[in-house]
Amino acid sequence: MKNKSLVSIHDITKDDYEKILNLAEKFEANPRQKILDNFVVATLFFEPSTRTRLSFESAASQLGARVIGFSDASTSSVKKGESLKDTILTVSNYSDVIIMRHPREGSARYASEVSPVPVINAGDGANQHPTQCLLDLYSIRKTQKSLENLHIAFIGDLKYGRTVHSLVIALTHYNTTFHLVSPVELKLPSSVKRFIKEKNLEYHQYTELEEVIPKVDILYMTRIQQERFADSLDYERVKNAYILKNKMLENAKKNLRVLHPLPRVNEITEDVDSNPKAYYFNQAKNGVFVRQAILATILGVNISN
Amino acid sequence: MAKQNIRIQKTNIKLSGSERKELKVSAIENGTVIDHIPPQSVFQVIRILGLDNIPNQIMIGTNLDSQKFGKKGIIKVSNKYFESEEINKIALVAPSATLIVIKDYTVVYKAKVEIPDNIKKIVKCINPNCITNHENIPTKFIVIDKADLQLQCHYCEKITKKEVMNFI
Ligand SMILES: [Zn+2]
Repeated sequence: MKNKSLVSIHDITKDDYEKILNLAEKFEANPRQKILDNFVVATLFFEPSTRTRLSFESAASQLGARVIGFSDASTSSVKKGESLKDTILTVSNYSDVIIMRHPREGSARYASEVSPVPVINAGDGANQHPTQCLLDLYSIRKTQKSLENLHIAFIGDLKYGRTVHSLVIALTHYNTTFHLVSPVELKLPSSVKRFIKEKNLEYHQYTELEEVIPKVDILYMTRIQQERFADSLDYERVKNAYILKNKMLENAKKNLRVLHPLPRVNEITEDVDSNPKAYYFNQAKNGVFVRQAILATILGVNISN
Repeated sequence: MAKQNIRIQKTNIKLSGSERKELKVSAIENGTVIDHIPPQSVFQVIRILGLDNIPNQIMIGTNLDSQKFGKKGIIKVSNKYFESEEINKIALVAPSATLIVIKDYTVVYKAKVEIPDNIKKIVKCINPNCITNHENIPTKFIVIDKADLQLQCHYCEKITKKEVMNFI
């Protein structure tokens, strides 16, 4: 992956995932090593995403890299009508790698084609967010000791949730059994189910959350957004049906962990936070180590164990 | 003339009576004939192949009688041979079309067009939020289903299906 862009989870192999996760473990053991102090990292956020940007900037800074960029297109030349190509070509003169978030789908692929330096996709509209997917895999592997043969439940908006789609596809490499819990309007699209079927893996669909909890190793919660519903009555009907409360975890397996890409609104009540099964804040922390591993890999820098 | 994707059915075909009559009327010495085009697609084929921008002699016929299709269109381009990848683009609008290559008044290749593996420039991405619909970027698709004609955008990864396909 040295000098290559990371645009989509489809670009990398199972072998690549594992190399990144193994390297991330080393960074977790020692996150502050000045191995990137000769590098400049650009973070171009054409739409704001404070959480993702800070995670990347923390990852880069802890490794000694200089970080340049913008956090909102309204404060940059983009607002003056500069084309994406011109912005990328300009910034590539100033940096060794470009981390980019953009509201349009396909923007990161295009940027990677015009940029002379590698591009890391930090979210292109509703399409891809590969570093989120890798940090999810890291969190699952870390809490379950292995990625193989797990029962994983996805809850909430499975239709539009970009993180869900990428993670489901990545998990098809690990003999996962999928438990898909959503309102009928927000079921996992057939374009994603296709990947499960191709590997002959099992999946079960549910509309109720409670019955799935005792069966699974991971509960991956997501937010249901009101704008996904044409009729606000439909939203009212489902909005409270997929809320995880602490007492619902009583019959869960001991190894179960609750993940969420964050930010949450109300889909996990705060009484879950103190349950040792709640893992979503650790998951966000793991994002830093995984992003360090991705930066080091793409920039071709080795670490001394 | 690239040979990949072109099935050679016959060479030096003996012309049957009706074909002989047609070719006599408007035979070309050297060039390419695209036959069996659905009449409603004739002008799309012209545009897709960029025939409106070349200096060659072109004969266009449409609403001609066809035994197989009822009505058909035909385009004859003198002194022009197409790359198979290029000519196969017309399979998107004219899957029934036949490509005939003529050299020295003789049919040297005759093959049905085939849908290619990749489609560049001619189709619009269905996703309104795709970067190709907002910046000056030529579109690019991978054909993921030839029978049902489904194109996956190289950029946004969304699938454009036959029923909603728009041409640039
Ligand atoms: Zn697209």
